[in-house]
Amino acid sequence: MSQRPNTGRVTSAKIVIAGGFGVGKTTLVGSVSEITPLTTEAIMTSAGVGVDDTRQIPNKTTTTVAMDFGRISIDRDLILYLFGTPGQTRFWFMWDELVRGAIGAVVMVDTRRLADCFAAIDFFEHRKLPYLIAINCFDGMQYHDPNDVRDALAISHDVPVVTCDARNRESTKNVLISLVEYVLSMRRQRVGA
Amino acid sequence: MTATLPDREEPTGALVRPYAVTRGRTRPRLEIAIEALVETTVRGRDASTGNRGGHGREHQHIATLCDGKVQSLAEIAARMKLPLGVARVLIADMAADGLVAVYEPTSFDSNDSVGTELLERVLSGLRRL
Ligand SMILES: Nc1nc2c(ncn2[C@@H]2O[C@H](COP(=O)(O)OP(=O)(O)O)[C@@H](O)[C@H]2O)c(=O)[nH]1
Ligand SMILES: [Mg+2]
Repeated sequence: MSQRPNTGRVTSAKIVIAGGFGVGKTTLVGSVSEITPLTTEAIMTSAGVGVDDTRQIPNKTTTTVAMDFGRISIDRDLILYLFGTPGQTRFWFMWDELVRGAIGAVVMVDTRRLADCFAAIDFFEHRKLPYLIAINCFDGMQYHDPNDVRDALAISHDVPVVTCDARNRESTKNVLISLVEYVLSMRRQRVGA
Repeated sequence: MTATLPDREEPTGALVRPYAVTRGRTRPRLEIAIEALVETTVRGRDASTGNRGGHGREHQHIATLCDGKVQSLAEIAARMKLPLGVARVLIADMAADGLVAVYEPTSFDSNDSVGTELLERVLSGLRRL
């Protein structure tokens, strides 16, 4: 068997990275991942529910969603996965599975295309998954006031809004740390309440 | 290491009869989360060196991938270039036969102390990176 410490079983956790096309999800994942980001695909067929036999169903329509993901070994027995996935609503069949049991989500924002993240925010709020907003600065080409972004997105003042450079490992680390700190503080609040 | 695949935001439709390897089954015998970890058992290692019929080739590939190195369902699917659902069916079959162990992730949906403790470990791990 593998060389594991005596703590018993290994376990894993995941963080979802959401945002519009080209916002920097794959870049962010790649900047901290110990593996080159991998891509996997999920397929949904129009007859996707209850298909559990060998019938050949002709003309099924299928939707394929590609997800990029990376891996961070936190400990020998604890692995954190980062899953980046596009924010279009037609991919929500995948999002259900992605958010199930997740620590939380990073919603990446390009201020030139703010609306690209609306669907993701709506989804996480609906599913009560904690998230933060990470403004990808693209070389500081734009000036971003996090408070302006918060106002424009009409999100609660509790939700952290941070800036980042998705290509930079330290910057990405700080985004993830901010998210986990936020999630922890929310849990403590709920327990204390 | 598998090469990075091109980033795709659009359905590719490029996969050729993916469920052929599962003989059309789309429902796994076991629900497996995408981040669930899979590890080859001793039995799985022994079996993978033998010549098995049926899904032998895929099973063998998975047994090799996860021998002494835990991998998530997502990693296995990506490295084998199979859709998630297909990899899930294969792994569930192998788990049922005792060829792999599947370690389900810790869920953070509930507010229990197990989750909080694990979050603290994740946090300190990230700070150490
Ligand atoms: N200059 C600059 N380019 C970036 C930054 N983040 C991402 N990019 C580039 O933007 C493009 C899209 O990034 P990608 O990570 O693939 O976006 P995704 O579609 O959200 O996965 C790529 O060419 C990246 O190299 C950044 O912070 N600065
Ligand atoms: Mg991408």
